[in-house]
Amino acid sequence: MQPIIETKQLTHTYSAGTPFEHTALDSVDFCAYPGEYLGIIGHTGSGKSTLIQHLNALLRPTSGTVLFQDTDIWSDPKITKRTRFQVGLVFQYPEYQLFEETVYKDISFGPKNMGLDDKEIDRRVRSAAYFVGLRDDHLEKSPFELSGGQKRRVAIAGVIAMEPKVLILDEPTAGLDPEGVESILGNIREYHQAHNATVILVSHSMEEVARSVDRLVAVNDGKIPFQGPPREVFRHGDELEQMGLGVPQLTRVFHRLRAMGVDIDPSVYTLDQAKAAILEKLGKGAV
Amino acid sequence: MALKDITLGQYFPGNSPVHRLDPRTKLICVVLYIVALFLAAWFVTYAVMLAVLAGSIYLSKVPVKSVFRGLKPVLFIVVFTAVLNLFYTPGDTVLAQFWVFTITLEGVWRAFFMVVRIMMLISGTFLLTYTTSPILLTDGLESLLGPLKMVRVPVHELAMMMSIALRFIPTLIEETDKIMSAQRARGADFESGNLIQRAKALLPLLVPLFISAFRRADELATAMECRCYHGGEGRTRLRQLKYKAADYVTLFLFLAITVGVGVLGHFGL
Repeated sequence: MQPIIETKQLTHTYSAGTPFEHTALDSVDFCAYPGEYLGIIGHTGSGKSTLIQHLNALLRPTSGTVLFQDTDIWSDPKITKRTRFQVGLVFQYPEYQLFEETVYKDISFGPKNMGLDDKEIDRRVRSAAYFVGLRDDHLEKSPFELSGGQKRRVAIAGVIAMEPKVLILDEPTAGLDPEGVESILGNIREYHQAHNATVILVSHSMEEVARSVDRLVAVNDGKIPFQGPPREVFRHGDELEQMGLGVPQLTRVFHRLRAMGVDIDPSVYTLDQAKAAILEKLGKGAV
Repeated sequence: MALKDITLGQYFPGNSPVHRLDPRTKLICVVLYIVALFLAAWFVTYAVMLAVLAGSIYLSKVPVKSVFRGLKPVLFIVVFTAVLNLFYTPGDTVLAQFWVFTITLEGVWRAFFMVVRIMMLISGTFLLTYTTSPILLTDGLESLLGPLKMVRVPVHELAMMMSIALRFIPTLIEETDKIMSAQRARGADFESGNLIQRAKALLPLLVPLFISAFRRADELATAMECRCYHGGEGRTRLRQLKYKAADYVTLFLFLAITVGVGVLGHFGL
C-alpha cells in the first residue's frame, strides 16, 4: 500500500551554527498509511514532537524530504499551506490556544482559514463538536468558562473541524482524569472510523497507546529503533526500558517470567493475549 | 526558529576574569565607559576606548561573533544617524553638493565617529549582559541603588520586579512559539497581508498569550505567598556581594581611563 505521508532521510538541527546546536532528528524514514491508527512513543526530548511538526509543515527539514500523497510538501507554498489543513495537528495542552469569544467561533477558526462557505463551516463545527462530545448549549459559551477537560475537547474539535485526512495528536490525554482519558480516546477512535482517517497518536504511555493502535513507532535520540505491530515492538522489552519507555505492566510480567526460565511469548499486552499464552503454555490450547 | 535566536540580554555562562567581577563593579565600569565614550573626540581617544573594549572582550572569552551579532538590531539607527550627520553638519571644507544637500569634511568625520561611538556603546553594554547573569545584575542594581531607600524609593520591590520579568522572558518566548505553531496548524497566517490584516492575525496569538501570562503571574504570587514572602524588610541573601582586589583594580583602571580620555578629549585629541 502507498503511504499517505512519508519522510525520507529527514534531519532537523536546531540553532545550527551556534553553541546551542542540537540535532533533534537524524535521517529518519517514517511513514503512515491511509486509514491507519499509528502510535508514536518516545520519552521527552526524543525528537517525537519535532517529527510530528514536520508532518504538517510547521518545521522545515534541515535536510531530507516530507511527502504527503507523494508530493513534497515544501515544493510550492500553496502545497505547504494545503498540507496544514489536510494534516491536522493537535498540540500538547491544546486548551491554551483558545482565544475566541465563543466555543463556536473558536472551532470555526480553522475551517474559516480554509476559505469554506458559511454553510459548510456550520456543518463542520457542529459535527466536530458532536465528535468530541460537546453539547449544543456549549457552543455559545465562552471557552474560558469551561472546565479543563471541556476546553481540551474544544481545542481538539478546532482541528477535527478541518476534517484532516491525517490527524496527529500530541499527548491528547495528558493531565486528564481516567474518565476523561477514556472518553477522549473513544472520540478519537470514532473520528478514525467515521472518516477512515489516518490517526497518529503520540504518547509516552505504553498502556494507552498499546490498546488502540495498529502499529507502533518508537522514537529515541532522533532515530526510529523499532516499529511494527505492538506485539512485535514489545518483544524488545529490555531495550525499550533502557530508552526510558516502560512496556505495559502485563508485558513486563511476561518478560520477567521468561527471564525466570519459562519459555513463553513475552510480547502480550492485553488480558486476552495473556490468557491465551498461559493456556497454550499449560498445553490446554485456546478455550 | 527565529524567536529562539534572540540574543538581546542573553547570558553566556563562563568563568572568565570578567565573569568573576562583582556585578556592581561591572555596572559602574559600564557607566564610566559610556561617559568616556562621549568625552572621546578624535583618533587618540577613540583608539584608547577601542583598546579598552577589545581588551574586555578578550578577557571575557565571549566569542567576538556574538558581540557583533548584538549590533544587528540597531543597524538601522546606526545608518540613520550616520546619514543625518553626513548631510547636516555645517563646515568649511565642502566635498560635494547637490540639491539641498551638502557634504562637508567635518560631516564625514562626524558621521564616522558617531557610527563608531554607537557601535562601541552597544557592544560594551552587551558585554555586561553577556558576562553577568540576570540575577546577579539585579542584585547589583539593588545594592547600588540601595541609598535611594532613604528617600522612600522601593528599590527592593523594583529589583524583584526586574528579576521576575527577566526570568519570564524565555518562558514567554517559548510560549509564543508554541501558540504560534498551534494557530499556524489551524491555518493562521502571520506573515502575509497588509498592516491591518497582520494586526488582526495577531489576535489568536495575543489573547492566549495574555491569558497564560496572567495565569502564571497569579500562580507565582500564590507560590511566593506560600513561602511567606513579604517584601524586602529584613531579608538576607543567598549570594552576598563582596568587592575583591580585582574589583578595586578594575574600578581604579576605568576611573583613570575616563579621566584620561576626558582630558585628552578636551584638547581635541
